[in-house]
Amino acid sequence: MKTTRVLAILSIITMIPALYMIFLFAPTEATQGNTQRIFYIHVPLAVVGAYGSAILLFIGCLGFLITRDLKWDRFAACSAEMGVVFTAAQLLTAMMWAKPIWGTWYVFDSRGTLQIVLLLIYIAYFMLRSYLPDREKRAKLCAVFGLLGMVDVPINYLSIYLFRTQHPQPVISPGGGGVDPDMEKTLLMSFIAIALLYAYVFVRRLRIAKIEEEVDYLTQVSLAHD
Amino acid sequence: MKPLGAIIFKDIVIEMRSKESISSMLMFGILVLIIFMFAFESSGLDKTVIGPGELWVAFSFAAILGLNRSLAMEIDNDCLQGLLLAPLGRGDLYLGKVASNFAFMTIAEFIVLPVFFILNNLSFDQRFLGIAGISMLGTLGIAAVGTILSTISANTRMKEVMLPILQIPLSVPVVIAAVEATSQILNNEKPEISAWLTILAGFSIVYLTVSYLVFEFAVEE
Repeated sequence: MKTTRVLAILSIITMIPALYMIFLFAPTEATQGNTQRIFYIHVPLAVVGAYGSAILLFIGCLGFLITRDLKWDRFAACSAEMGVVFTAAQLLTAMMWAKPIWGTWYVFDSRGTLQIVLLLIYIAYFMLRSYLPDREKRAKLCAVFGLLGMVDVPINYLSIYLFRTQHPQPVISPGGGGVDPDMEKTLLMSFIAIALLYAYVFVRRLRIAKIEEEVDYLTQVSLAHD
Repeated sequence: MKPLGAIIFKDIVIEMRSKESISSMLMFGILVLIIFMFAFESSGLDKTVIGPGELWVAFSFAAILGLNRSLAMEIDNDCLQGLLLAPLGRGDLYLGKVASNFAFMTIAEFIVLPVFFILNNLSFDQRFLGIAGISMLGTLGIAAVGTILSTISANTRMKEVMLPILQIPLSVPVVIAAVEATSQILNNEKPEISAWLTILAGFSIVYLTVSYLVFEFAVEE
């Protein structure tokens, strides 16, 4: 309980300055105007939310296959759930940005398409879970599928650089153009805030998943006694 | 090598007797091509632009049909139990199934491919051989990931529905790379084709290795 409370407080403490910096502190970008500010939310959502969940899901699946401990299955399920929420949010921010800048909600460029594919893999993982009633079997087969799905992510990422893309190229990566130092600070703050928010929701979800499982178990026991 | 050969032989004998897998993939592939022809014929779009997409929709959907059969057949009659009792590693069982799936898909594709060339009025030159090569490489990737996914989906309540949901997102890199490579061959451009072929080969190698290692978890009771 203590960890969740600390994470909740930390994410509130960092979210307020992050929002202040995004809307008031960061300089307005020359060509895109205020629309560019969505970038401070979009990039952390993509990196922490979509790719972070992919790494966590991979760890969860691998952990289960090695240890056979159901706690890793809960871990994987929760990270996939986080992946669905954060990837969807990230795609939503991308669309809000693309409409005024590109004049269209969605362009089938590779990076966007692959992000949708990642979302579909997360959703497929859930559908698979719901079609497998047996607890042990579900954990095993979902771990195999999750592992295969996450192996897909780097291959997907690789094809981004080959496929001609409309997506703005990373400005902060090596070889990127670099940005205003104030923008960099804002992005960093936003990263910290969103990472903490993610950690808080994730830890919370893990606890709920554990309680759900206990309730399931107790229901089955009481049904067996009746 | 011997158990692997035995599994392939068993699947070929079953296929020769039932003729279910290849014929359904074949019919389905040709039907998809014909539907696309109806859809795009009047629009006057360039065949070399839409052709690769058409071809790979036909191939990947037909493959799902074949993959569904391949494992459902084993599970329906509890044949999988027999296979698991046989003195061979789980990984070998996987490789054997991949090999037979790959063989059936390739046979079906090699009949669909000339139909595609005829329907789109393309001449049978070097391009045909090039596309046939890419089909084999792409099919290996689809078979590698599809065989293990069909094992997973065969365990669920909704076997036939589940496989496409699991398979299509995972085979996106194969489809993108195969479509790009096919379109470059159809348009006689070859500057970037090696990169796409590397992705196709890399995908197959990665999935064959990972699936070989985790297949035992997918089949164990």
